[in-house]
Amino acid sequence: MESHVWVNCAVALLVLAALAAAWRLRRNVLWREAGRELWRRRPFALAIVGLYTLFALLDSVSWVDAAGAGVREPRSLLVRAFPADFQEASYSAPLADVEFYGGEPLTHPGAHWLGTDILGRDVFLQALRGARVALLVGGLTSLIAIPLALLFGVAAGYRGGWVDDVVVFVISILFAMPGLLLLIALIMALGRGPVQVCVALGVTGWVSFARLARGETLKLRELDYVQAARALGVSELRIVLRHVVPNLMHLVVITFVLTFSGLVLSEAVLSWLGLGIDGSWGQMIDQARDELSRDPIIWWNLTAASAALFGLILAVNLVGDAVRDVLDPRTLRERA
Amino acid sequence: MSERALEVEGLVVTFPGETGRTPVVDHLDLVLDAGETLALVGESGCGKSMTALSLLRLVPKPGRIEEGRIRIEGQDVLSLPIADLRSLRGRRAAMIFQEPMTSLNPVHTVGAQVVEAIRLHERVSAGEARRRAGELFARVGIPDPGARLDAYPHQLSGGMKQRVMIAIALAAKPRLLIADEPTTALDVTIQAQILDLLRDLRRDSGMALLLITHDLGIVNEVADRVAVMYAGQLVEQGSREAVLGKPRHPYTQGLLRSIPARAARGARLTEIRGSVPSASAWPTGCRFHPRCPIAFEPCPRIDPGWTELGGGQRARCHAIAREFSA
Repeated sequence: MESHVWVNCAVALLVLAALAAAWRLRRNVLWREAGRELWRRRPFALAIVGLYTLFALLDSVSWVDAAGAGVREPRSLLVRAFPADFQEASYSAPLADVEFYGGEPLTHPGAHWLGTDILGRDVFLQALRGARVALLVGGLTSLIAIPLALLFGVAAGYRGGWVDDVVVFVISILFAMPGLLLLIALIMALGRGPVQVCVALGVTGWVSFARLARGETLKLRELDYVQAARALGVSELRIVLRHVVPNLMHLVVITFVLTFSGLVLSEAVLSWLGLGIDGSWGQMIDQARDELSRDPIIWWNLTAASAALFGLILAVNLVGDAVRDVLDPRTLRERA
Repeated sequence: MSERALEVEGLVVTFPGETGRTPVVDHLDLVLDAGETLALVGESGCGKSMTALSLLRLVPKPGRIEEGRIRIEGQDVLSLPIADLRSLRGRRAAMIFQEPMTSLNPVHTVGAQVVEAIRLHERVSAGEARRRAGELFARVGIPDPGARLDAYPHQLSGGMKQRVMIAIALAAKPRLLIADEPTTALDVTIQAQILDLLRDLRRDSGMALLLITHDLGIVNEVADRVAVMYAGQLVEQGSREAVLGKPRHPYTQGLLRSIPARAARGARLTEIRGSVPSASAWPTGCRFHPRCPIAFEPCPRIDPGWTELGGGQRARCHAIAREFSA
């Protein structure tokens, strides 16, 4: 019954890592300028992503009330922003005063902006809470996949020879397998749960970036400044860490942002297959499937989850395009 | 005085070609005394850059140093274990490359890159290394060195970048500086400044300078001795005055005649017919014979040996050999 603590820790770690990275990058003029340019280009999309992040964070700090003080389950800051008994007996339409079927009066008439679901839970709150799962999936998976991809991609590209052969072989094998089947198999093997899903997504998702990193490393290792470093007597490991990997960082950021939305969508697909993470938008959509066949139709459940998902994906993709424009060396040169 | 900074004997560098491994550098001998400037001259593709790279065992794969001996300050480079080789690179012999635009890492400040070079070979604190980096910048003529330490490569001009490259090369006070076409990518006025700088630095520090270039004007300005390279081999060497003033080998003569400034105004510029053969098909005998205006009977068959011409000048040519033996 300690799972909420673990999830809290994971999200807190992610936030700390992000802050540390941002702090580190701020000291570098190139990144600072890129950040400023990004904010100038996409203030609105960035603000939306920030808002989602805020909700995710609010929903990540949760604790159990002291004994005897009502609810015995951990409740997050976000949940605590709503009344403790913010639940009805069954469906109610958005802003309704009475239940959708039967017409019984609600405990909180007119307070459910997006209605309630079959168990009477507030849909608006559910949609907000989905942000936490989405960010966890995108963030934690990237934390697993990107270092893995960098390690194998750079090792293959820089060392060449049999290392390259092995890595390319593994990448080819993973590419040849249907990704979804592999994912399902991995989740079956690892068991269900947020971390397990992230691990499965990470293990299947590192290959494309590894291929990119390998190709870029192949290019970088022939560059004059790598050659010059070698002529100065810099060791190979140091060349990799100081002269190759830092020159891949723009790709890391671009890949992170561009794959983020893909990961969130993958989780939605997994939820639809019943393998997702509890509380995700994918799961809400999955549950709302049956409700579409009711008469009169229950539409708010599906709409809320889809809109929340759509909003995040669109904002992240807009930011991602701008990130690519700002960081890609080819467009960088045009600005310089 | 005549302490050897660099000694190369019978150096052979090969690359795999269609018909087995082909030598791009073929039995090359070079000697460079401490404090001396030797210019290695030749057209593109003659193997001069490969020679430079092989001196620090930097020949890129699949190239390989096949045989020969390289000694830098008496230390046998080719038999050195990798750790010792690393400490030799940069400290005893440093290298400057042709392209200042791409020889600096774009994501680090130039100061950080000089500091890296300093701390690589000497245990000094970060603050001390930074102070020394500032001194080096001042020494290579970078104005406002303190502020420039925090500049990124893209914020500097080509000439400034090449000065930074020189500062990095000088960081560990090498006794031999190998400069591979250090001014080729620069404007003419900047070229002159960089050459002046190299000359001053060499004079002040007493290090030896191996200057690799295709520009005979540069040779005339800075070199003490000249070695002319053609198709993987040296064809003529000697003092600057001898080689540029009284060139003996037909290839050297051709090179000198094809400099616009030397030809009379309005006169047709003479070129050397044909082009440099590729390493996979070096001509037999004297490698210059297909393009040579005075080639005669033995040239396509027999490799001409060196003919000593006195005063340290020597050339590899049958015509000269015949003239001198007669």
